[in-house]
Amino acid sequence: MAEITLVEAITQALAHEMQKDTDVIVLGEDVAKDGGVFRATVGLLDKFGPERVLDTPLAESMIGGLAVGMAVQGLKPVAEFQFMGFIYPAIDQIINHAARIRNRTRGRLSCPVVFRTPYGAGIHAPEHHSESTEALFAHVPGLRVVIPSSPARAYGLLLAAIRDPDPVIFLEPSRLYRFAKQEVKDNGQALPLDTCFTLRTGDDVTLVTWGAMVKETLSACDRLIEAGIQAEVIDVATIKPLDMETILLSVEKTGRCVIIHEAPLTGGVGAEIAAQIAEKALFLLKAPPVRVTGFDTIVPYSRLEKYYIPSEKRIIDAVHRTMEFT
Amino acid sequence: MKIIERFEIPYYQFLNENSQIADEFPLIAENKQVLPVLYQLMVLVRMLDAKAIALQRTGKLGTYPSTRGQEAVFVGIGHALAKKDVYIPYYRDVGSLLQRGVTFSQILQYWGGDERGNFFNPESEDFPHSVPVGSQPLHAVGVGYAIKYRHQQRAVMVTCGDGATSQGDFYEALNVAGAWQLPVVFVVCNNQWAISVSRQVQTAAHTLAQKAIAAGIVGEQIDGNDIIAVQHRTAEALKVARENYQPRLLEMVCYRQHDHTTADDASRYEPKDLREVEWKKEPIARLRVYLEKLGIWNEAKEAALLADCAKKVDQEVKDYFDLKAQSLVSMFDYLYATLPSAYAEQRDILKQMEMVDHG
Repeated sequence: MAEITLVEAITQALAHEMQKDTDVIVLGEDVAKDGGVFRATVGLLDKFGPERVLDTPLAESMIGGLAVGMAVQGLKPVAEFQFMGFIYPAIDQIINHAARIRNRTRGRLSCPVVFRTPYGAGIHAPEHHSESTEALFAHVPGLRVVIPSSPARAYGLLLAAIRDPDPVIFLEPSRLYRFAKQEVKDNGQALPLDTCFTLRTGDDVTLVTWGAMVKETLSACDRLIEAGIQAEVIDVATIKPLDMETILLSVEKTGRCVIIHEAPLTGGVGAEIAAQIAEKALFLLKAPPVRVTGFDTIVPYSRLEKYYIPSEKRIIDAVHRTMEFT
Repeated sequence: MKIIERFEIPYYQFLNENSQIADEFPLIAENKQVLPVLYQLMVLVRMLDAKAIALQRTGKLGTYPSTRGQEAVFVGIGHALAKKDVYIPYYRDVGSLLQRGVTFSQILQYWGGDERGNFFNPESEDFPHSVPVGSQPLHAVGVGYAIKYRHQQRAVMVTCGDGATSQGDFYEALNVAGAWQLPVVFVVCNNQWAISVSRQVQTAAHTLAQKAIAAGIVGEQIDGNDIIAVQHRTAEALKVARENYQPRLLEMVCYRQHDHTTADDASRYEPKDLREVEWKKEPIARLRVYLEKLGIWNEAKEAALLADCAKKVDQEVKDYFDLKAQSLVSMFDYLYATLPSAYAEQRDILKQMEMVDHG
């Protein structure tokens, strides 16, 4: 079986679910004829036709509201926003409607929609194309926020997101779209939502991360082994709701925790994880939890972006700082 | 230079403010079964509305947006809807919601601060009240797409006020409804005011109906105080939506005969006497005189109707007062299909509070 990239895994999941369920509709700007600007929807128009793969007019709030209307009628729209920096006009539709229609009708109506968007820096894109504002959505009751970090998890988590009866924000790290290939069976097997994935086990320190930062975190983990430090690496994957159980169990074992995310420091999801660790496991800690994150700046344009994205070195340095506590 | 396109906006009025019927009128203007039904419903809506305002003034209801003066718009459009259609209201839609199986006690429940007021009834596909102004027309195009995708013969109707036509979402919805030819009827209740901003300040456009033109769809202006015109034009628009999958924009011209909501004080901005001048055009008296001319209404019937409406109002208020409170954990119970375990601890806090309350 051929190995595929993360973006190909997205396409594979969409095609699989569209084949299985005629309620699944793909919509967005340039998703039909062009197959999406990252080619995530390539080939779907030919396979499923123009009634199920829709090139929308260019209006993001419309994409959000249209998808809400479809989903409340029982369709399963998978709406693409071209980049995370362009999702903001749809925030009214996502927060005021998608996230709360089940609650505000006391369960009579629901909104099984997936809002997909590429996110993150590191692809030398123009301004507004490199955002990591996942914490905005993680703050909103009624939403799920899901972030894959490998082709296999992209496939399994997207299937799960489409099948989930509630709205899901599905953030695809654009830096990883074509970074690595992996064998991904097209077997329709979804992965569980609301749960972390432990990618490496180790007893010395817990590294908690998600999205594109899984790449730097895993390479840091390899370097740490050379230095005799066994790190446990947790890919959070669903940042809302948070699976703190897995994180806490690991931190109880290691007593040390470094949280790594590309998004800015202040008010990031790392703050929530650190707060919960402090509330529930403070006295099991050997060192204070540390965050390695993007800076509290506007994400820089392409020439400086590599200094913004947390590097392997920054992660390793942070781990060494936590190891100084005994 | 040459002119490459010209546009017209038709205006519909069949029953004028002096209760005179136009030379050519639709069948409904002669329908002696339907007209009294519309009349009775408008009278009931006005009485319910007055009661809601009184309940708010005496601290028994939260902020409430009155529908006074706009009865013909909502009773008329609600009457034209078929059960199988989908309705997406904004927040003044008492006359239509009552015809969609929503009780007035549920409307009171909503404005009284209880989410269950949006439950309507289990079979309903209608959307709940929509407060974020102008966001709901986009839901109508999504529903319209689902209807067309499934080849169903039904339509979706969405309402909003004149202020909402300044929202980008409003135009985005019209645009895609035209581009994709969706079975959507957009109704603008132009009551001349968006809280304190008048229709003239809102836009330089002569009509709101003409906003349809840039989207390539039909727009009509209708006397929203003439329930015959409202019902007839809405029924026509729904017919082309159901049969031909074509959208239409209907601007209903009326006048808000009350403050924006009970939290507002229109004397701060509404020209003195304007409300009184506009009252001469209000929809209920106009229809009553016409019904009397047709010989199907009289003093005795009016007295009986008022007594019957008063009884209904009392019953709705009683139902509203009799509602049992929601459980505290209901805050969590409709958040997701299944509550993620991450929130179990927070839900337990409410459960504890509930036990203390009842203990």
